[in-house]
Amino acid sequence: MGFGESITRVLNRLFYKKHVRIGIYGPPNAGKTTLATRIARDWGATSEGKISPIPHETRSAGKVENLEIIAGNGHSVTLDIVDTPGVATKVDYAEFMEYGIGKEEAIARAREATEGVAEAMHWLREDIDGVIYMMDAAEDPFMQVNIMMIGIIESRNLPVLIAANKIDLPDANPQHIKRAFPQHPVIPISCRDGTRIDELYDAIVQTFR
Amino acid sequence: MDGVRIDLISQDRFVMLSAHEKAALVLSIVRSGTIVILENGLTPEEQAELIEMTMSEIMPGEFSGIEIETYPAPSKVRGKGVFSRLLGQDNPPRLTVIGPANQIKTIRKDPDMISAWVSSQIE
Ligand SMILES: Nc1nc2c(ncn2[C@@H]2O[C@H](COP(=O)(O)OP(=O)(O)O)[C@@H](O)[C@H]2O)c(=O)[nH]1
Ligand SMILES: [Mg+2]
Repeated sequence: MGFGESITRVLNRLFYKKHVRIGIYGPPNAGKTTLATRIARDWGATSEGKISPIPHETRSAGKVENLEIIAGNGHSVTLDIVDTPGVATKVDYAEFMEYGIGKEEAIARAREATEGVAEAMHWLREDIDGVIYMMDAAEDPFMQVNIMMIGIIESRNLPVLIAANKIDLPDANPQHIKRAFPQHPVIPISCRDGTRIDELYDAIVQTFR
Repeated sequence: MDGVRIDLISQDRFVMLSAHEKAALVLSIVRSGTIVILENGLTPEEQAELIEMTMSEIMPGEFSGIEIETYPAPSKVRGKGVFSRLLGQDNPPRLTVIGPANQIKTIRKDPDMISAWVSSQIE
């Protein structure tokens, strides 16, 4: 905070061409933590996010700081990546119990999840310079939360890149996402096996530089 | 559709309220188990407010949040980007239905019910 922090900011401004804070947003289970983990690994950092089939496993932010991502054309961007809890309009503790989690723990998780979502919405207003919006390409892109979130991000004039994840799944249809959101770059990827991940890095540099 | 209560909020009733007041009004109605229909939808800023406020109102076992549907379905609307279609100035506002989580399903199964209901209310 205070003086120390502002010195760091100034130094960052001097030494890095651009230092931006990017939030990974999207519905629960789209693969946001998997992407944050992969980005950290590919660019020599660590992240502590937990990848899980249980929705709302990420209930507070995971951060990967000071990453330099270099595109195929040699351009680069220095970023902080914030892995956010998935945004939803409902959180039902009974859903956690379907994964064999006890009632008390399920209620505690639900409470943390609601706080996490509120926090993620708050960052979008204050602390984020750009968004990687992640969707599961095997799900309906017109899911209400996607439409609302893309609209909210657009209304704040934040640059957004859509990652159409899980293209390794037989039902994946990234084309459907492209048709739904033609106003934004859509990059089909698989975070699980790394398919086309380099195209995502190129797009990150191009969009957030 | 027995036992489903619906409250239509007209533009007149809504227009003077702040984003915060709109979200609070919608949530108080939805929390009582009633489905709300907004004649003119919500702006992105108002939607963000509604999501944040919903999160603070969720009480395990009592209230698990909301579901939102907009009509007509976005996939059926033609034009440029989804959201500019949804809320752009030159586009007609879309009817928005907000209900308690897990109750909207009843409506989704029978979207004609909503349009029939709405046209019987708005002349
Ligand atoms: N098939 C497939 N599964 C994925 C992929 N990326 C993530 N997953 C799985 O999707 C689930 C949710 O992933 P996670 O990263 O925790 O999602 P988050 O809730 O958005 O952070 C986990 O079971 C992941 O292993 C992918 O590219 N392909
Ligand atoms: Mg996560």
